[in-house]
Amino acid sequence: MSTPQPPMPQAAAPDWQAAAPGSPYPTYTSPIPVVRTHLGHAISSEWTKIRSVRSTMWTLGVFLLLVVGIGLLVAVLVAANQGEDSLKGQNPLSFGVFGLLLGSMCIITLGVLTTASEYGTGMIRTTMTACPSRARVLTAKAIVFFAVAFTVTFASVLLVAVADVAMLKGAKDPSGGEWLRGTFGISLYIALLGLLSLVVGSIIRHSAGAITIMIALVLAPLVIALFMFSSALEKVRQALFDYSIPNQLSAFYTNTLSDTGPTGWDPVWIALGVTAVAFAGAVALLQQRDV
Amino acid sequence: MIEAVGLTKRYGDKTAVYNLSFQVRPGAVTGFLGPNGSGKSTTMRMILGLDNPTAGQVTIGGYPYPKLPNAPRQVGALLDAKAVHGGRSARSHLLCLAQLSGIPARRVDEVLGVVGLQEVAKKRSKGFSLGMGQRLGIAAALLGDPQVLLFDEPVNGLDPEGILWVRNLMKALAAEGRTVFVSSHLMSEMALTADHLIVIGRGQLLADMSVKDFISANSADFARVRTPDTEPQLREKLTSALTEAGGHVMPEQDGALRITGLALPRISDIAHDADVRLWELSPHQASLEEAYMRMTQGAVDYRSTIDQKAGLQQPLPPGVQPPMPVPGQGQPDWYAPPSPQEGGQPFAMPQGQPGPYGAGQPPAGPYGAPGAPGAGQPNPYAQSAPAAPQAPAAPPQPPASADLTKPEDAR
Repeated sequence: MSTPQPPMPQAAAPDWQAAAPGSPYPTYTSPIPVVRTHLGHAISSEWTKIRSVRSTMWTLGVFLLLVVGIGLLVAVLVAANQGEDSLKGQNPLSFGVFGLLLGSMCIITLGVLTTASEYGTGMIRTTMTACPSRARVLTAKAIVFFAVAFTVTFASVLLVAVADVAMLKGAKDPSGGEWLRGTFGISLYIALLGLLSLVVGSIIRHSAGAITIMIALVLAPLVIALFMFSSALEKVRQALFDYSIPNQLSAFYTNTLSDTGPTGWDPVWIALGVTAVAFAGAVALLQQRDV
Repeated sequence: MIEAVGLTKRYGDKTAVYNLSFQVRPGAVTGFLGPNGSGKSTTMRMILGLDNPTAGQVTIGGYPYPKLPNAPRQVGALLDAKAVHGGRSARSHLLCLAQLSGIPARRVDEVLGVVGLQEVAKKRSKGFSLGMGQRLGIAAALLGDPQVLLFDEPVNGLDPEGILWVRNLMKALAAEGRTVFVSSHLMSEMALTADHLIVIGRGQLLADMSVKDFISANSADFARVRTPDTEPQLREKLTSALTEAGGHVMPEQDGALRITGLALPRISDIAHDADVRLWELSPHQASLEEAYMRMTQGAVDYRSTIDQKAGLQQPLPPGVQPPMPVPGQGQPDWYAPPSPQEGGQPFAMPQGQPGPYGAGQPPAGPYGAPGAPGAGQPNPYAQSAPAAPQAPAAPPQPPASADLTKPEDAR
C-alpha cells in the first residue's frame, strides 16, 4: 500500500479548484495550458473523425461513381439517340437527376453513420465525456457533414451539368436561374437530405434503423401513390406524388411529374424547415436522454 | 475530489443505484468494489454526466461534470475499452479527442508512448486485443493530464506485466496529488493497489473505509485441524467435542476441519481430552477476497446454479456412489464469521441468507447425494474460486503465485 504523498506546493490553482474552499488535500495542476473550448474545437474534432473512417470514403466514392457515371452515361446515350428537335426546349441539366436520385442513398447512409455509428460502437460515451456540451457535438457534426456533403455533391453535379450542356446541342441554353437551381440548389437539397439523415441517426441511435427510415422516406410516397387506383384517394395520391422526394428533385429543373406541387426553390425551403424541426427535436432529446 | 450525495438511479422498475453517498479524495487510489451488476459502472457514468441521476447529485471539485470548464482537462476516464470506433486508427481516435478539448496534437504521441502503443498507432483499433484496447482507453484518460481520473475495470484483459504496469501507474498518479477512482470486482487486485475502499452491492453502500481498516475489520482468524485420515471416527469424535466446547466446525474439502471461536491451545486441550491425535493444527487468517465475498454474498445478482443436465444423464452403474458434494460458497457459515470489532457495520447481511433469487440454497442436483455428510446443497462447479486456494492444507504457497492469487495465508 503506498502512502499518500505530502501535499505538493501549487503555484496557481485553476479557478475551479480555488472554488472549493480551503481544500486540505493535495492537488495536481497540469503543465499543459487549459484553454477555453468552443465550437471550433468540436468542428476540427469532427473533421478528423469523418476523414479517418473508411465508411466516408466508401459512401462518397460510390456517390461519385453513381452521380458522375450515370450522369455521363445518360448524356452519351441521349446525345447518340436524339432525333431532330427531339430535345427542343428541354433543360439539358435535367438529365443529371437519375444519377443524383441513386446517389442520394449514399449521402443518406453517410449522414446516418456520422451519428448512429458512434452509438453502435460506444464511441459516443467517449465523445460526450470529452465534450459534455451535447448540443455542441451535434452542431459540429451537422456543420462538418453538411460542408462535406454539399461540396462533393456540388462538384459532381457541376461536372455532369457542364458535360450535359456541351453534349446535348439540341437542347436549349439554360438561363442563369436554371443553372443556379440545377447545380447549387439541388446540391443544397441533397446535402439537407443528408443532414436530416444525420439528425434521424441521432434520434434513432441505430444505423440500420435510421437508414431504413430515410430510404423509406425517399421512396415510399411515390411507390404508395403508384398503387392508389381509387378515385376517392385522388387528392392523397396527388399530394404524395407532388411532395415525393424524386418529384421535388425534378422540380429543380422545372420538369416535374405533375403540374401542381413545389416549384422553383420550394423544395429547399421544405427540406430546410423539416431538417430544422428535426434538429431541434434531436437536441432536446440529446439533452434529456442518458448517453 | 469527487463527492456523491444521495445518488440514486432507476431504470424503469430496476433501481441500479440507491442513495449512494461517498467522497473520493485526492492523493490516494480509491477502489470501487462490487459484484457484477452492483451499479459501479452506472455510478461512474453519473459522475461523468453521461447518465442523469434520478435523485441526488455528484460533483467533481464542487461542480457537476457538465458544468466543469473544459471538463476533459480536469477529469479523464476509462469507461469501456471498446468505446471506440473500430475503423479508426489509435492515433486518429486520440487526435479527435485531443482536438475536442484543445489539447496540442503532440500530446497524442506522448500518451501513445506512455501506454506503449506507438508501434500500432496507425493501425485500426478493430484489430486490437482486449489488452491493447485497455491501453488505448487509458491513453484517452491520460490525454488531458487531468486532476481526477476514473478507471472502470482497467486491468480486464491485461497480461500480468500490464496489470503490474496499471497498478504502478495508478499509484504514481495518486502520488502526484491526483484523485484516482478505480472500479474492480477483484478484491485481491484492489488490496494491492488501493489506499481506500468503497464497496457497493445492489447499488447501495456496503463499506467506505481505508484498506487498512478493512483488513483489520474483516480478517477473522480460524484454525485448521486435521485428524488422521486413516481413522475417520476420530474426526467425528473431535467435531462433537469441539462443538460441545462452543467452537464452530466446518468440514473442508480435503477432510480437514475449519474451526472458529476457539483458541488454538484450547483446541489442542480438547483434542487431548478426547484422545484424538492431530496431524495438523494451524492458525489461519481469512483472505481479503473472502472478507469481500462475505460482505457481498447477500448482494450478488448473478449466481450460477447446478448444471442439472436433467434427463441427459446416463444412469449410474449399480454399486457406484454418486460423487461426494464439496462444501463451498453458499453453504451457511462457510465464511469465517466477522471479527468482533466489526460491530456496527452497515453490511450486516445475515449469514447464508438466500438472496431474492433463492440462489443461496440451490436445489439438490443429481450430484447432491441426499443425506450426504456436510449437508448443504453445494455446487461442485459454481464459485469454486473461493474454495480453490483453500484446498492445499499446510504447505505454504510458492512465492510466484503468492503475488497475484493471494492465498489466504498471505496476510
